[in-house]
Amino acid sequence: MSEAYSRPTTGHVPVLRLGDVLLVTLQGDLHDSTAQQLQQDLSETISRTGVRGVLIDISGVEIVDSFLGRVLAEIAAQSRLLAARTVVAGMRPAVAITLVELGLTLPGLSTALSTEAGMELLARQAPVTRPGGPRQESP
Amino acid sequence: MHTAAGVEACLPIRSDMDLVWVRQHVRQAAARLGFGLVEQTKLVTAASELARNTLVHGGGGQMEARHVSSGATQGLRLAFSDEGPGIADLDQALSDGYTSGGGLGMGLSGARRLVHEFDIESTPGAGTTVRVTCWAAQPPRPREEV
Repeated sequence: MSEAYSRPTTGHVPVLRLGDVLLVTLQGDLHDSTAQQLQQDLSETISRTGVRGVLIDISGVEIVDSFLGRVLAEIAAQSRLLAARTVVAGMRPAVAITLVELGLTLPGLSTALSTEAGMELLARQAPVTRPGGPRQESP
Repeated sequence: MHTAAGVEACLPIRSDMDLVWVRQHVRQAAARLGFGLVEQTKLVTAASELARNTLVHGGGGQMEARHVSSGATQGLRLAFSDEGPGIADLDQALSDGYTSGGGLGMGLSGARRLVHEFDIESTPGAGTTVRVTCWAAQPPRPREEV
């Protein structure tokens, strides 16, 4: 265990676009305000770019408390309303154990064990007709 | 060998930045006292819930961390106190799903499940103090040689 304080993440978390997916990597200790800012940034980016998936890598996150758990659940819910799916990838086993004991099982959240598995999950479920969009006729 | 150095502290809880310092202090202190990774994660999560209650519902306050021991077992005792409005109905506040605002209603009842000892004192109009204690699990005793 490192003795050095990990640098708290403040301000904006970078949101990367990889094709049809937005990739967010959360690391270290997140401020409440940073988590809320991310929630807002993601909905705006989905709406602007029309991506179909959001992948949130939390392998670098040491704890998820009820606040961050709620933010993740809300990101998934708002993304769904904006026609994008969310996958939370790389949760640490100790975090999963703690969340269940805390009483937060986050049933609406799709998860994957790694970023790679998360990308596969999003790719597999990509071909869905977008509500209101032009119908794709198969030849 | 475990020492109290870097374990005992009194930290202010006045902003969401302070929540970060509380979490980091508790993690370091628990690691120094020999807590395993899962125990550390549970205790830091409980501390985060309780510190947020102190900030949001108590209008700010402080956390005091103390090293305790029982025989060879090391423990960490945390006290979160505020001088806020207090809690009128403790039983209700401790039940799952009860929320006085914004959250999922898991903060207090969830934090209680994550620690070994939990004690709450609240006086309406005068403030709330929550004390929790976690003990580092003893490593399994080595098998005796036959």
